Amino acid sequence: MVRTGLGATMVRAGRRLLSSLPALFGVLVFTFLLMRVLPGDPAVFFASGPNAGKEEIEQIRRQMGLDKSVPEQLVFYLSDIGHGNLGRSMMTGQPVLKDLRERLPASLELTFTALLIALIAAVPLGVIAALRPGSIIDHGVRLFCALGVCVPTFVSGLLLIYVFYYLFGLAPDPTGRIDVFTSLPPQRTGFLSIDFLLAGDFEGWWAACRQLILPAVSMALFVIAPLARITRASMLVSLGSDFVRTARSVGLSWRKVVVTYALRNAILPVITIAGIVFSTMLGANVLVEKVFSWPGVASYALDALLSSDYAPVQGFVLLMASLFVLVNLVVDICYGIADPRVSIE
Amino acid sequence: MSEELLRIDDLHVAFSTRRGMVEAVRGVTLTVKAGEMLGLVGESGSGKSVTGFATTRLLDAAGRVTAGKILFRGQDVTKLRGDDLRQLQGAAMSMIFQNPRAALNPIRAIGLQIADAILTHKRISKEAARAEALDLLRAVQIRDPEARMNAYPHELSGGMCQRVMIAIAISCNPALLIADEPTTGLDVTTQKVVMDLLADIAAARGMATILITHDLGLAARYCRRIAVMERGRIVEEASPGILFSAPQHAYTRRLVAASPTATSRIEDLVTEEERERYAPIVSKSRREPAHGTPPLLEVRKLAKRFDQGAAAVADFSMTMAGGESVGLVGESGSGKSTTSRMICRLIDPSEGDIVFDGQSIGHVAARDFHRSPLRKDIQMVFQDPNESLNPRFSAFDCIAHPLMRLGGMRAGEGLRKRVEECAERVGLPLDLLPRFPHQLSGGQKARVGIARAIACRPRLLVLDEPTAALDVSVQAVVLQLLDRLRRENDIALLFVSHDLNVVRMLCERTIVLRNGGIVEQGESRALFDNPKTDYTRKLVEAIPHIETGPMLAAAL
Repeated sequence: MVRTGLGATMVRAGRRLLSSLPALFGVLVFTFLLMRVLPGDPAVFFASGPNAGKEEIEQIRRQMGLDKSVPEQLVFYLSDIGHGNLGRSMMTGQPVLKDLRERLPASLELTFTALLIALIAAVPLGVIAALRPGSIIDHGVRLFCALGVCVPTFVSGLLLIYVFYYLFGLAPDPTGRIDVFTSLPPQRTGFLSIDFLLAGDFEGWWAACRQLILPAVSMALFVIAPLARITRASMLVSLGSDFVRTARSVGLSWRKVVVTYALRNAILPVITIAGIVFSTMLGANVLVEKVFSWPGVASYALDALLSSDYAPVQGFVLLMASLFVLVNLVVDICYGIADPRVSIE
Repeated sequence: MSEELLRIDDLHVAFSTRRGMVEAVRGVTLTVKAGEMLGLVGESGSGKSVTGFATTRLLDAAGRVTAGKILFRGQDVTKLRGDDLRQLQGAAMSMIFQNPRAALNPIRAIGLQIADAILTHKRISKEAARAEALDLLRAVQIRDPEARMNAYPHELSGGMCQRVMIAIAISCNPALLIADEPTTGLDVTTQKVVMDLLADIAAARGMATILITHDLGLAARYCRRIAVMERGRIVEEASPGILFSAPQHAYTRRLVAASPTATSRIEDLVTEEERERYAPIVSKSRREPAHGTPPLLEVRKLAKRFDQGAAAVADFSMTMAGGESVGLVGESGSGKSTTSRMICRLIDPSEGDIVFDGQSIGHVAARDFHRSPLRKDIQMVFQDPNESLNPRFSAFDCIAHPLMRLGGMRAGEGLRKRVEECAERVGLPLDLLPRFPHQLSGGQKARVGIARAIACRPRLLVLDEPTAALDVSVQAVVLQLLDRLRRENDIALLFVSHDLNVVRMLCERTIVLRNGGIVEQGESRALFDNPKTDYTRKLVEAIPHIETGPMLAAAL
């Protein structure tokens, strides 16, 4: 029975994946056109200097293929993508694919950690608030959430740096994933905290975690609010439901009622929201990456955008769109496993 | 067996609401002896469920016992705390709820849910608990119990879910079982099976049972003693025979009258003094339609298939004359609602045709039908008066809306007059018109729904279980209203219901549906008195009738 449920979920997930391909294609074309419409001429930007001659600029244009018409450029671009070539960044001089591959793990590690922290904080907060609605605790949680949403991430990031690095000296220098003197572990997952563990280097692991904690917390603070609120709301529904009353009517222990009966049902919408939150964080963590000099994809894309470097921006948007599809897929699968009712649709 | 198990003494329960404390139960005194089945009957808001919840200590956070005692085996339940309370819940007394599917945890296999209850009160291993759960599933007569252990509630029918609920409730052999509307919402045949099972189990295990229900017939069939509640008080307590043959209290008299029986007519449903409030029915003799005029409605070989599944309705044909009333009965899943919606043109038939007043409308797409001039001739009254009214429309707006959309009327004096006319027609006081649905009672909402449907002077009214959510006394009034509308305004009624007693009274002809096909049809009284098919007979026999006098004595 479990097997058929899982199988159905997989089929559904596969169908979902297929149906998202047109959307991905749309994103590709749209970003391409958007970049062409935005003001700024990359040839001028990348010419040798402000006084570059007309011929030099024209030559760069030809090199970059910008002298062709937009539809022609689009066809070339799409065929390149088809061959797995995202183009070359004018900024770094490297293929965009290579740049993204180097930087993506940093962003993912940060986002995952932030989401984990947010969930670990938000779910218990939401549950406590729902167990005593209208109490001091409930209001406290509400205030905390409101503060988290009101304060922009770069402000909370700077505040954290000020307190933990400048005042108390607890946190390390907030620049990058690891301080320059630590030797890097052999790359396996790209997640430093995991790679260090795999290499058995606990000192390095500790150093990486110390670097990670402040940016992750400042990102987490921002998303605790929606997660805690949805947990509280769905927990309230769950606690007031008939099946919780049934559980109480046969005298099940408090723990069993709250955790096994109420929370497991209440967690379903939280999974959905967590997926959305994760996608948003991935794209929106540019501020945190900037504040903490985190070498992630978002700050890379921002720099590229500011210098009219088309290829990295287009590559970044494609990456984000694909990740979004992937995250939705994972959410779908998780949901299918957590809720036996889904598979019958 | 005369040992006193439960004694409720002058119980008062109050709920704190925004408008201050509201007393739901005011001075209930009751006793239940070991092993007996007591019926607790009353309409919604009478406090019968609250009494049950107070006894099992399951009141909402807002509810509080303000006075009185609930003595269970001499121990005051209202004062128990913590572990003592949990010893009681499930082990000594347990409860079965209305809406069994919602009462089970949707994402936990039912075997585990039963085992949870067992493990709470017995120190045994998980395997032993599982084995006991399996035995319980057998005890409540679930087919193929081994496979069902891993099933989730959504994979079971409502009746099956209620059996699982019973299994959970009896898992630790409680001495008292409180069944709160255990069969409301189930089909009549399922209702009978579940109630028989419950009665058998209670008798076999010597459990005392309190059956909380709004259905006098049900209580009469299974209980030796019935207590009638009204507005938080017990107004009468007697054996069913005495209660029905010689009710003492005015409320009991009204309730008994309003409960449909095998022989009652619509006029009988309200007592004499109530009837005087209404003008006598002006019975127009129906004009015989001239020879050769087409019937009002003709349905030919209608079929509906959803997605790739089996046909929900197949080969359904019927005709209706103007001003005729036809009942469409069957269990859930028989396709009666689907059929009625196709005839209303709310969903598209897969095959067949619908001819209304000589015009074929079966092929007009449902989503375009609102533009058809025939839309205002076919109107519908929906099952749930709460859900079928727009919460942001006042009663006036609800009735005026079809007049403006279909009748082409503009806001103004004419519209106001017509709305008031409709409200008067359905007996809705005019001062209620500015109110919003949540400020109206269930019966008033039902009237708004009917007023809305008749506003455009339809010729065919399709009613999908219009009284299922109403108390019997309100149902009685609504049925009278519908009957008047039919007789006085010549509106044909297609009445979809699972309540055979109601159909028998209201409808001249009845069609019995099963699995999407017509099983039997004919003149109502003949069909019910003399069913030709086993299925119809089973349906008729499953209705809990109020049997009075010698019949009851014979049954005992």
